Amino acid sequence: MTWLLVVEQILNGLQLGVMLFLVAAGLTLVFGIMNLVNLAHGSLYMIGAYFAVAFLGWTGSFAASVVLTLLATLVVGMLVEVVALRTLYERDHLDQVLATFGLILFFNELVAIVWGRAALFASVPPALGGFVELLPGLRYPVYRAVIILVGLAVALLLYVVVGRTRLGMLIRAGASNRTMVAALGVNIRLLYTVVFGFGAALAGLGGLMAGPIYTVQPGMGEELLIEVLVVIVIGGIGSIRGALVGAVVVGMVDTLGRAFLKPMLGTVVSPAAADSAGPALASMLIYILMAAVLYFRPQGLFPAVRSR
Amino acid sequence: MAEPLLAVRGLRKRFGGLVATDGVDVDVGEGETLAIIGPNGAGKTTLIGQLAGDVRPDAGTIRFAGADVTALSAAARSHRGLARSFQITSIFREFSALDNVALAVQAHAGHSFRFWQAARAEASLREPARAILERVGLGGRADVVAGTLAHGEQRQLEIAMALATRPRLLLLDEPVAGMGLDESQRMVELLRALRGHHTIVLVEHDMDVVFALADRISVLVYGRVLATGAPDAIRLDAEVRRAYLGEGQPA
Amino acid sequence: MTRPRRGLVTLAALVALAVVPLIAGLANQPFYLDLFRRIMIFAIAAVSLDIILGYGGMVSLGHAAYLGIGAYAVAVPALHGVHSAWVQWPLAMALSALAALIIGAVSLRTSGVYFIMITLAFAQMLYYIGISIEPWGGDDGMRLARRSQLGGVLDLADPHVFYYVVLAMLAVLLLVGERVIEARFGTVIRAVKSNEPRLQAIGVAAFRYKLAAFVLAGAVCGLAGALLANQTEYLTPSYMHWTRSGDIIVMVILGGMGTLAGPVLGAATFLLLENVLAAWTVHWQIILGPLLVLVVLFARGGLLSLLPGGGARDG
Repeated sequence: MTWLLVVEQILNGLQLGVMLFLVAAGLTLVFGIMNLVNLAHGSLYMIGAYFAVAFLGWTGSFAASVVLTLLATLVVGMLVEVVALRTLYERDHLDQVLATFGLILFFNELVAIVWGRAALFASVPPALGGFVELLPGLRYPVYRAVIILVGLAVALLLYVVVGRTRLGMLIRAGASNRTMVAALGVNIRLLYTVVFGFGAALAGLGGLMAGPIYTVQPGMGEELLIEVLVVIVIGGIGSIRGALVGAVVVGMVDTLGRAFLKPMLGTVVSPAAADSAGPALASMLIYILMAAVLYFRPQGLFPAVRSR
Repeated sequence: MAEPLLAVRGLRKRFGGLVATDGVDVDVGEGETLAIIGPNGAGKTTLIGQLAGDVRPDAGTIRFAGADVTALSAAARSHRGLARSFQITSIFREFSALDNVALAVQAHAGHSFRFWQAARAEASLREPARAILERVGLGGRADVVAGTLAHGEQRQLEIAMALATRPRLLLLDEPVAGMGLDESQRMVELLRALRGHHTIVLVEHDMDVVFALADRISVLVYGRVLATGAPDAIRLDAEVRRAYLGEGQPA
Repeated sequence: MTRPRRGLVTLAALVALAVVPLIAGLANQPFYLDLFRRIMIFAIAAVSLDIILGYGGMVSLGHAAYLGIGAYAVAVPALHGVHSAWVQWPLAMALSALAALIIGAVSLRTSGVYFIMITLAFAQMLYYIGISIEPWGGDDGMRLARRSQLGGVLDLADPHVFYYVVLAMLAVLLLVGERVIEARFGTVIRAVKSNEPRLQAIGVAAFRYKLAAFVLAGAVCGLAGALLANQTEYLTPSYMHWTRSGDIIVMVILGGMGTLAGPVLGAATFLLLENVLAAWTVHWQIILGPLLVLVVLFARGGLLSLLPGGGARDG
C-alpha cells in the first residue's frame, strides 16, 4: 500500500463526493424549501446520463451535448414539477414517498422502452481523455480530475448564488419559513418551479458526467439515490453547505472503505474472513455512519431548518 | 409550612438568540388555583411546555409532589399526577369522544400489552370515561367522532381527557381559547367546580376568566415573573399596568 | 367502509381464495393455483406492514428485509439437511423479530423522513450482507433443496396442500389481527398515528408500544418470507432490496391502508396486474407507475374505499 495509492483513492473519493453533491444539492433544496421528499430525483440523474449519450450521438459534439443535456433536464424537471409534484406539497411525506416511487417506476420503464434494458456505452470525450501527472509517479485520469473541478466550481457558484443574490436570499428564507416568504408576496409557485428545475439540471449534470465512469442503465438512479439520501441526512436537510460536507465525507468513506478495508482487515483476521467480510463491511460503512450521526445529532451536521 | 405541590426554581430556556424563560420561580400550593398571565411573547407557552415535560429547560428545577421531576418525560409526569390540556386543541380526531377519554383512563389502568380482549368491552375503562364525559357536559355526545365536535365541545373534551388521568394538578393552557361567550361561561362553571378537588395552574388571556377562578395570579413578562399575588393586588400593581398598557388590549 | 362491512369483504375474499384451487383444477390451469398462493403470501407480508404503516403511521421502507431473513431461515438450514418446518419457520419468525428489535430500537428514535431513510438504510445493509455471503450464493442466491417438511400428514410438495396451509395462515392472521386492532394494544398503536404528543401527555410511553408493533410486524413478515422461499424454491438477496419494500408499500396503499382487507386486496391487485399486464407488454410497469401516482393523489383510501359503501373509516 503506497502513499500514492492512498492519494489516488482520496482523489477518487473526492470525485465521488462531488458527484453526490451535484445530486444532493438539488434534493436538499427541494426538501428544505418545499418540504418535498422526492425519491425520483435519482431518475433525473439517470435521464441526464441518457440524454448525454443520445445528444452526443446526434450532434457528435461533446460541448453541444453538455449544453443540450442541461437544458433538457431543466425542462423535464420543470415539467415534472408542474404536472406531477405541485399537488404533493401539501401532502404528508408518505404520500410523497409513494407518488415519487411511482415516478421512479415510470421513468425506469420509459428509459427501457426508448433505449432498451441493456447498459449503454458512454465514452470519455477525447479532449478529456488521457492522464495527467499530478504528483511525481501519480498519473490521474484527466476526466476524473475535470469532474472534481467542475463539482467544486458548481459548489462555488451555488455559494455565490445562495449566499449573495436576491434569489439566493429567497431560497434561504424559504428554507426556514416558507409561509412568511409567500406572505411577502413572492411568487412562490414560480420560485418552486425554478428551484426544482435548477436542482434537476444539477442532477442531470451529475448523470452526464457519470456516464463514462459508471454504467448507464435503467435503475442507475436508485443506487445513487440511497447514497444521496445518506448525504442529506448527514449534512442536514435544506443546507447546501451540509450537502457538500456530507457528500465529501460519504464519498471518502465509501471509496476509501472499499479500497482499504479488506487489506486492513487482512492484517488482523484470516484472508478468507477478510475476503467475505471486507466488501460487506465496506458497503455498510456509510449506513453505519448515517446511523451514528442520526443518533448523536438527529438534525444532521448543518441543519438549515430549525424546528421540524 | 407544607411543601408546595409544584415548586419551580430558576427555570431558564433559550432558543438560539431568544430567551423564552429567564429565571422563573413559581410555587403552587395544594388545592389552589394559580393563573399565569402576561402579554403576548411573554413565554407562557414555553413555560407550560417545561412544566408539562415537552420542553427540556436549560437550567433550573421543577419539583412536583415532593420529587424532582425536571428530567422526567411528559408520560412519566402524567403518572405522577400532572395532567395538561393544550392551547391548540389536541385530541384523537378519528376516535369517538368516549374512546378519547377511555384511552386516557386506559393509560392509567395498567399496561396496554393486551392483545385479545376488545378495549371497548372493558367496563372498567368505559364506565369511568362515561362518568367524566357527563361531568364536563359531553354526556350526550359520547359516540360522536371527536373531529366532528364543535370547537367548544373539543375544548371540553380536552378537559375530560386531563381529568381521566386522575391528576393532582391540572395544567390548563388557555382553556377558553376561541370560545364564544356562552361556551366560555360554561367552561368557567366547569373549572369552578374543579377548584378545591384539584390544584390548577391556568394560563389565560381572558381576564374575566382569570378573575373568576384564580386564588393567585403570576404575571409573566419577557420570560420573568414580574409580580405574584392575590387578584386585587395584581389588578392595582403599577408595574403590571405599565407592562400591559404598552401592549394595548389583552386578547 | 364500516367495520362489519369490511369483515364481509374479508370473509368473501377468504371464501373466494378457498375456491380457487377447485376452479383452477376444473379449468386445468395449475398456474392460477401458483399465482394465488403467491398473492396470499404477499398478502401476509402486506398485512404485517399495514400494522405499523396503516395503523401506526410508521413508514418503513425496509420491511422487505424480513422477507429475506425469513427466506434464508428456511434455505440455509435446508442446505445443511434441516428440513423441518417446525424448526425453520419459528426460526424465521424469531430471527426477523430480533432484527426488527435492533432496527426498531435505533430507527424509532427518529421520526418523519429520517425514520423512512434509516429503515431504508438498514434494509440495504442487510441486502449487502446477503450479497457478500458466498456460501449462501452471494449475488446469485440459492436454491431451496426441499420444501419444508411438516411431518407425516401434510406434504408441502403437494401444491394443493401447500395452498391451503398458506390460506390457513392468512385466515389466522386476519382473525388475530382483528382482535389485536380492537384490543388495548391496537388502540394505542392507532393513537400513535392519530396524535402521538397527545398520547404521551395522557401518560403512555409510546416508544415501547411502537417497538413491540415493529417487532410483531417483522416476525409475521419473516413467516411470509419462509413461505415465499417454499413457493419459489429459490431465493436471492434481492428479496430484501428496498424496491421490494416499495412494492409491499404499494400493495398496502393500493388496497387501502389502515384496514386488514385492504392489503389483501392490494396484494391481489398488484400481482394480478403484474401477470395480466406483463402478458401484454414487458413494459407493464409504465402503467403501474402513473397508476400509483393517481391512487395517491385521488383515491387515498385505496381500492377498498372505491367499493360500494366505501369512504370514511371508523376508529
